[in-house]
Amino acid sequence: MSLLQVRDLSHSFGGLQAVSEVDFDVAEGGITALIGPNGAGKTTLFNLISGVLRPQAGSIRLDGRELAGLPAHRIAALGVCRTFQTTALFPRLSALENVMVGRHARTRAGYLAGLLNLPWTWAEERAIRRRALSIMEELGVADCAGEAAASLSFRQQRLVEIARALAAEPTVLLLDEPAAGLNLHETEELGSLIRRIRDQEITVLLVEHDMSLVMDICDRIVVLSYGRKVAEGTPAEIQGNPEVISIYLGGNHV
Amino acid sequence: MRRYLPLAVVGLAVVGLQLALQAAGTVYYLTQLTMAAFYCLVSIGLCLLMGYAGQLSLGQAGFFAIGGYVSAVLTTLKLDAAEPAARLLSSLGILAERRDAYENFLLGVSPWAALLAAVLVTGLVALLVGLPVIRLKGHYLAMATLGFGLIVFRVVLGTRLLGQADGIGGVPPLPLLGLQVSGGRAHRVESYYVAWALVLAALFLAVNLIHSRVGRALRSIHGGEEAAGALGVDTARYKLATFITGAVLAGVAGAFLTHYNGGIGPSEASSMKSVRYVAIVAVGGMDNLWGTLLAGALLNFISLRGYLGSYDDAFFAVILIAVMLFFPDGLLRRARVGRREGG
Repeated sequence: MSLLQVRDLSHSFGGLQAVSEVDFDVAEGGITALIGPNGAGKTTLFNLISGVLRPQAGSIRLDGRELAGLPAHRIAALGVCRTFQTTALFPRLSALENVMVGRHARTRAGYLAGLLNLPWTWAEERAIRRRALSIMEELGVADCAGEAAASLSFRQQRLVEIARALAAEPTVLLLDEPAAGLNLHETEELGSLIRRIRDQEITVLLVEHDMSLVMDICDRIVVLSYGRKVAEGTPAEIQGNPEVISIYLGGNHV
Repeated sequence: MRRYLPLAVVGLAVVGLQLALQAAGTVYYLTQLTMAAFYCLVSIGLCLLMGYAGQLSLGQAGFFAIGGYVSAVLTTLKLDAAEPAARLLSSLGILAERRDAYENFLLGVSPWAALLAAVLVTGLVALLVGLPVIRLKGHYLAMATLGFGLIVFRVVLGTRLLGQADGIGGVPPLPLLGLQVSGGRAHRVESYYVAWALVLAALFLAVNLIHSRVGRALRSIHGGEEAAGALGVDTARYKLATFITGAVLAGVAGAFLTHYNGGIGPSEASSMKSVRYVAIVAVGGMDNLWGTLLAGALLNFISLRGYLGSYDDAFFAVILIAVMLFFPDGLLRRARVGRREGG
């Protein structure tokens, strides 16, 4: 069954049609990849789904519920969380605090409760910290909990950002080029981490350029080019698709 | 409760300073220290907005002036007891009698009711200005708030009810549990303690906020608004709430200083004052309450003692430029994270 349904989604920046009438489904519990050359509209599509951009046309449904037009924080609360292409950790916060921010959508101490440090918030605050630490432990980055986010290694930043998104208990996790900048070994580790995330019944949608990673872990692949969907299928189907081959290798190879 | 330790230190410093000045026979310094305390309230609010949430406002003097002028206008009304308005206010129990220099009895709104009105008006104006403006980012927000400050300044200068260039004088003292906030020599010590108690209360709230879930969200907005939103932080709402918090603190400061000085003039609304508040937060280290407090107390004291002569405003502008050039993250930064993680 499809958990996320994208229908007729379009968005343009001035004269540039970044995403054009895109349709696809993301199956529940699977790993789906969005691939395509640079400028194909993959990140724009992510920004539309996560509410960073408001779609100009089309619909995005999560379990039947319309997301298009909702502000980003509402979409996160409904269970769609993401990481960013260039890691977007909050540099002035420690790694742990970054992950603690991830608990925001699942906790409720408000502005007045914060100003007055009301006693009922203490237990919540402790729970936020415990949960954040345990997720960091799962991902093997608990040892850098107290370090400034800006001082972490690239690999650690990636993992902390994934931990931060997981802290929000997403039903759908969007990963924007999670393997960019990682070496071969780290990419393998990442692949098995994404599988483990899927095993926790979190549906994963990723944008990725590393084809061996995509072919290795994904159940389905959606191919975009110039803002349009050009193909969709299993990794085997996509590898044999002449149109996809022509996009990646140039028009004369068909 | 390690987070409250600096509060205790500040409290002891306040008492220690008063005793030391008493012993040295220089109690007249308390006047400037009291005024500096009220100005510190403005910087504490701005520190939350600018240092923690990362939203620059160049309009804080506008909110200070609104608070001060609302208090001044209401407490210096000359009502006739027979007027329907006076009877209405009297039935609400918020009228107060005072005597002018010629020993005439005058009827105005009582200082506490006026203070409440000042807070409400400041908060409401902040809400109305903030709703459209707080969506703006970076320079645009700075320019919009600067514009707001300029409007308040020109309105004050152009409105007869607000005394135009002369401002409003004859504002009565603010009574408080048998004490009085007023500039009179007899009330110098108690006013000093009331002012700093107010600062401590504001610091208490600010410390609570920055260590809370919402405080973490504010700092995440500073670090990256898109990412914060994508994690479920309602960025617009928290920015607006912090904008209003900062404005209300400025308004309270304006009202108290107006009672202390017995009046208020248009210079309090000038954008140079707003620049000063920004400079103080920058010197204090941006997201550093204690640095902001130290910078606010020290720099305001120096300025109020008149050590800078007519170069007063220039001094603050130079400080701001220097900090931006050499310490764009703020001057009094602290060894971070390691300590903060525990907080």
